[in-house]
Amino acid sequence: MLHYVMRRLGGAVPTLFIIIAGAFFMMRLAPGGPFARERRVPPEVEANLMKAYHLDEPLWQQFLRYLNGLLHGDFGPSFKYKDFAVADLIFGGFPVSLQLGGIAIALALVIGVTLGIWAALRQNSWIDYASMSVSMVGIAVPNFVVAPILTLVIGLQLQLLPVGGWGRPSHYVLPVIALCLPQIAAIARLTRASMIEVLSSNYVRTARAKGLPARLTISRHAIRAAILPVVSYLGPAIAGIITGSVVVEQIFSIPGIGRYFVQGSLNRDYTLVMGVTVFYGALVILCNLIADLLYGVLDPKVRYD
Amino acid sequence: MSLMKRNVLLSALTAATLILASTAAQAEMVLHRGNGAEPETMDPQKSTGVTEANIQYEIFEGLTTYSPDGEVVPGMAEKWDVSDDGKTYTFHLRDAKWSNGDPVTAEDFVYSFQRLVDPAIAADYAPIADPILNAEQIRKGEEKDLTKLGVKAVDAKTFEVTLARPAPYFLGLIRHNTFLPVHKATVEKFGQDWTKPGNMVGNGAFTMESWTPQASMALAKSPSYYDAANVKLDKIVYYPTEDISEEFKRYRAGELHITYEVPSDQIKFIEANMKDEYEAKPYLGTYYYVVNGTREAGSKKEVREALALAIDREAIAEKVTGGSFLPGYSWVPPGMIGYKTQYVSFKDMPKQQRIAKAKELLAAAGYGPDNPLNMEILYNTSENHKKIAIAVQSMWKAIGVNATLNNQEWQVYLDTRDEKQFDVARAGWIGDFADPVTFLDLFLSDAGVRNDAGYNNPEYDKLVKNSFGIGDPETRLASLQRAEQIFLNDLPIIPILTYKTKHMVSKKVQGWAYNNLDFHLGRYMSVQ
Repeated sequence: MLHYVMRRLGGAVPTLFIIIAGAFFMMRLAPGGPFARERRVPPEVEANLMKAYHLDEPLWQQFLRYLNGLLHGDFGPSFKYKDFAVADLIFGGFPVSLQLGGIAIALALVIGVTLGIWAALRQNSWIDYASMSVSMVGIAVPNFVVAPILTLVIGLQLQLLPVGGWGRPSHYVLPVIALCLPQIAAIARLTRASMIEVLSSNYVRTARAKGLPARLTISRHAIRAAILPVVSYLGPAIAGIITGSVVVEQIFSIPGIGRYFVQGSLNRDYTLVMGVTVFYGALVILCNLIADLLYGVLDPKVRYD
Repeated sequence: MSLMKRNVLLSALTAATLILASTAAQAEMVLHRGNGAEPETMDPQKSTGVTEANIQYEIFEGLTTYSPDGEVVPGMAEKWDVSDDGKTYTFHLRDAKWSNGDPVTAEDFVYSFQRLVDPAIAADYAPIADPILNAEQIRKGEEKDLTKLGVKAVDAKTFEVTLARPAPYFLGLIRHNTFLPVHKATVEKFGQDWTKPGNMVGNGAFTMESWTPQASMALAKSPSYYDAANVKLDKIVYYPTEDISEEFKRYRAGELHITYEVPSDQIKFIEANMKDEYEAKPYLGTYYYVVNGTREAGSKKEVREALALAIDREAIAEKVTGGSFLPGYSWVPPGMIGYKTQYVSFKDMPKQQRIAKAKELLAAAGYGPDNPLNMEILYNTSENHKKIAIAVQSMWKAIGVNATLNNQEWQVYLDTRDEKQFDVARAGWIGDFADPVTFLDLFLSDAGVRNDAGYNNPEYDKLVKNSFGIGDPETRLASLQRAEQIFLNDLPIIPILTYKTKHMVSKKVQGWAYNNLDFHLGRYMSVQ
């Protein structure tokens, strides 16, 4: 187990390196720069700024400097929010993103699994068809479409919930819906498919033949096996929630790190974008590892030696 | 069931806390203000934007400051003398304290002014100090010795500034937030972290209590401020409100007392329903189109004049932007004290005549039905810019100009503008201080990238530059007026609109007054 974890973590290093290098050089290809503004600074002031932030060095040297900083746990200063280090901003925004993402993933799991099981038990009934077609829509419509529609209908026309901001419980509702909808859909479809398969397996039939009531058969025997694909889907689901939150936080003006990512890109705040990218990258790698380990705990057929 | 019970309990608890919180709020007087973008820095010398200035004026006070209606009034300097040649300003400081109890001294100002021009600080706004002796040489790195800057602490309470050239607007200029004093020991002790709550030391009416980026910044009344007896607010909370329709909703929900902006699509509703809370007055800013004078069509004066004639400014101001701008016929916006506003020659010409003249001019420049003029309008992503560009496109169509629209993301747009890869580009300029120079020096032939039009008229250069040496305000302004007249005759840019300051101000707020620099200090305000 420990050996497996170490091996996976070791494998994560090159992955992270590629993420860092890709983001670093792509960011610099974008036109503009962190100090471009309507009131253009005179060339000598720009030179002073470039020097202060080491932007006057050759690109490879800047890259090495950045890597060296990362190794020492330093994400560098933000170019735009000059009073803050990137690490301050990330760790300030992360609790917000974590709350939002945590609620969304928990809701997606509860609702998705329930819906999936329900549809599987009533296979080929109208409930099955209805919930599966709705979830097909959920998968197909991305959250940058869902979020503005929610804002428009529930926020602006019905005026039921605030359209943005953070702090009150009512602020959570729309962004959480926008974030978890596609995940509910995916989880429901996964659960349904595996539940149907499990229900027709020999051990479930044996249980039924022994005279065990249907409820107990399902809750004691079927669910545990049926949920396995959902567990292995958790890694990608968390990645989906994280990338989704970039869009959703921006749309709903939520002060999480997803918003910093968008603002940082628009402002060409190189270090901020890099910081968020590295942080997200590491987070996704870690979540995938946890999901895999969990899989081993739940599935007796899988052993990590 | 148990879940529902818990929910009921939870909401009861939340309600109880809310009630408690609101009774606490009644005991203290708190002002809630929307403030546009998240401030980039609270370090005065490093800042660039209005959102930062708004807050910094609460935390710091300069030599001179703003009255509610925008006049220059004594700040840290109780009084001042100006030498006969207009080049030496001697400021006599009042007895004032920093928020940590230290006295505010002339040395603090020496340190802060030097900091502004120090290349190591790399202040965006360093050129604003250019009238001060050696400021330009120091910021350019030609002079390495910071102490050569024309500032001196004669004694603890006397601060002397020597200028490189007379600048009759100097007392207004040093109100700019980049001239605010900072506390040397604090800056040196904490480095980049000196602006964090707890570390920050200021000399203004308020001190920073908390700062959560992208959420809010709370300021508390400073007991050590010299005029604390007359400061009524206990607290001011500034909120970043980049999304202006969301800001407006928060205002309507009673969460904000003052907004930073007003969404133009709501102006009709506001004028019908909440007219007396709507403040929209002229601002020191001009919205204009730059014509690229380095391209063939743009280099012809007839073309520029025709394009300018064809634009119906009243229609754009009233119909397209819903009255959130004023029609603009000048480069230097109206409202500069002592300066007679200059207008384009066709300001009073009837619309039909303007169109006819525009067609004539185009024909004279060699454009007509057989050889139509094609122009691309470059603008950055924004609903307003787009609407205005579409309106201009159709107005130009009426004189036979085929305009295409080119929308670019902000940074790409800035690059394109700097590289002069455009025919016509939208632009805006807000004055840094209440003097025409802040507009006119933009189009000096040696102004570099800022002169997007590539305008070069030696006579204009001469008039503007000569004015730098004139000590008598009237003669100086007359010289600048002549310069603007030449400029508006050449039309390197097409003025379209004059900005308005737009705020929603709750009826609960007292002490708010209009001023065209749009700075409203919390020390004058109160909330009922």
